[in-house]
Amino acid sequence: MAVYDKRLLKKLERKANLIRRHVVRMTHLAGSGHPGGSLSAVEVIVALYFHILNIDPKKPKWEDRDRFILSKGHGCPAWYAALAERGFFSVKDLDTLRKLGSKLQGHPDMKVCPGVEASTGSEGQGLSMGVGMALAARLDRKLYHTYVMVGDGEMDCGQTWEAAMAASHFHVHNLTAIVDRNMLQLDGPTAQIMSIEPLADKWKAFGWEVEEIDGHNFTEILKALERSKDVKGKPNVIIAHTVKGKGVSFMEGAVGFHGKAPSKEEYEQAMKELGGEP
Amino acid sequence: MNLSDFKLESQRTYWAKALVELGKERQDIVVVSADLSTSVKTSLFAEEFPERHFNVGIAEQNMMSISAGLAACGKTVFASTFAAFGTGRVYDQIRQSIAYPKLPVNIIATHAGITVGGDGATHQIVEDMALMRALPNMTVIVPADAPETYRAIKAVADYDGPAYVRMGRANVPTITSDKGKFKIGKATVLRDGEDVSLIGTGIMVSRCLLAASILEKHKISARVIDLSTIKPLDHKTVIKAARETGGVVTAEEHSVVVGMGSEVALCLTETAHVPMKRVGIPDVFGQSGDSDELMEEYGLTPENIVEAAHDVIARKGR
Ligand SMILES: Cc1ncc(C[n+]2csc(CCOP(=O)(O)OP(=O)(O)O)c2C)c(N)n1
Repeated sequence: MAVYDKRLLKKLERKANLIRRHVVRMTHLAGSGHPGGSLSAVEVIVALYFHILNIDPKKPKWEDRDRFILSKGHGCPAWYAALAERGFFSVKDLDTLRKLGSKLQGHPDMKVCPGVEASTGSEGQGLSMGVGMALAARLDRKLYHTYVMVGDGEMDCGQTWEAAMAASHFHVHNLTAIVDRNMLQLDGPTAQIMSIEPLADKWKAFGWEVEEIDGHNFTEILKALERSKDVKGKPNVIIAHTVKGKGVSFMEGAVGFHGKAPSKEEYEQAMKELGGEP
Repeated sequence: MNLSDFKLESQRTYWAKALVELGKERQDIVVVSADLSTSVKTSLFAEEFPERHFNVGIAEQNMMSISAGLAACGKTVFASTFAAFGTGRVYDQIRQSIAYPKLPVNIIATHAGITVGGDGATHQIVEDMALMRALPNMTVIVPADAPETYRAIKAVADYDGPAYVRMGRANVPTITSDKGKFKIGKATVLRDGEDVSLIGTGIMVSRCLLAASILEKHKISARVIDLSTIKPLDHKTVIKAARETGGVVTAEEHSVVVGMGSEVALCLTETAHVPMKRVGIPDVFGQSGDSDELMEEYGLTPENIVEAAHDVIARKGR
């Protein structure tokens, strides 16, 4: 296994903790939003924005930048927090989540928010957009890579598999999908609502290179993301095993925190666990 | 009269109450959900009748065509999800597998319009009525409040064909009662008046009532009509109101492009020319915000209706 500099791993872990504190604060201030699916995605988003992606926050529309799409758009508090901490806009703006006139819409809006590459929120469409971006890179002979994070609930959507089929048909190897496999969707556990296993075999059958990792372990995440860029001839999917609500004891594995903001008491308790206000 | 004079009740609670009662009375009632059963409250039906509830996951296209299959074999189907995912995303499935064969699938759409609030434009569909209205064979109902929702659900269960019932997320002022039968295609005059007609649908009906009480202070007598069936439109009541009051204001929490107001306008163009004004969401997407704030931002307050009424009255006889 690749060995990463301890200082890098420490830095990423600190960022992840910071993003978590932002997520809890933002959803609490907004009084609504989706903390559970934001918290499960934190490490992957942090690894991308603070190590992997070739981006320039000062030039969010730079043509050669790597692209990231959060197909499960409801998890955007984590994305917004990472974009702010990476310098795409002011950290102060995070307090405006879901408020009238804010660039931080309840679901990501690419027209108004710097760094947001695709407007998502209706589940199941982001991977297809990613295929489009990967095809455009090929047409323009650009070297950028496109990453798309999808929810395990999105495996229910027929369009996910239409995109999967197209990506391997067109041999887009400049595309990486990351499944946030947190085992829950809105109504309950994925295993009860709609069975999606054997998930790795499904992706393999659709012609994808598949890797399964612990989605909260930076060494595994970095290694998988770096490796995925080197695979030739086919697209890649990383199934990141995660915990919904990760980092806040009473949100971990709790369906109830899919789409519910923390109350004042819950906010205070969460901040105690995470080490204080951001 | 103020909004706070009314009891606020959840349309979703009443829809689920009607659904569970129907489930008890009739074995042919089946329900299909798409990973939003807790939000749209079909979970209450699922608790009582697990064998007649199918949750297909986040797969709305599948939901609509499975509903069609069930209906083609004699079931009366209720398919329920958010309005955005139950219309736009599945327009072709509704068109081909439900409306064209005129199957008894009732699409019960919650979280319609901008009052969805924080979730923003992706979830605030403002053109669903237009989409559903355009479909041959489709019945479109937008109840004004919770009790009317209850009665409308009972009515569509008895109706042999596809229906779309639209409601919002927010609690709404109760202005009708759950007694009596809902008649599909029949508008209700809630308040009589002579100077102008305020025709509302959905949550805007209560705003029309408030507007009428403000207009009364301005010595203007306004008729208020609850136009809960958008299709088929109650031409008779609309034309009568236009002829008797000489001016019409429509109000809907929906885009004014091909909404209820444009249907009323078309009806009157061909029958009774009177000055008219449509209150509704302009031709734009919504955005995140508090639902009351958004109602102001997009011009959907009683004051906006009052202003429109004055404008209409000023144009009379010109
Ligand atoms: C097409 C569509 N249908 C329904 C919804 C409502 N919805 C929002 S999130 C969600 C569940 C998402 O589950 P998953 O993708 O696993 O996300 P996570 O658990 O990681 O938050 C649902 C059904 C939606 N956003 N889009």
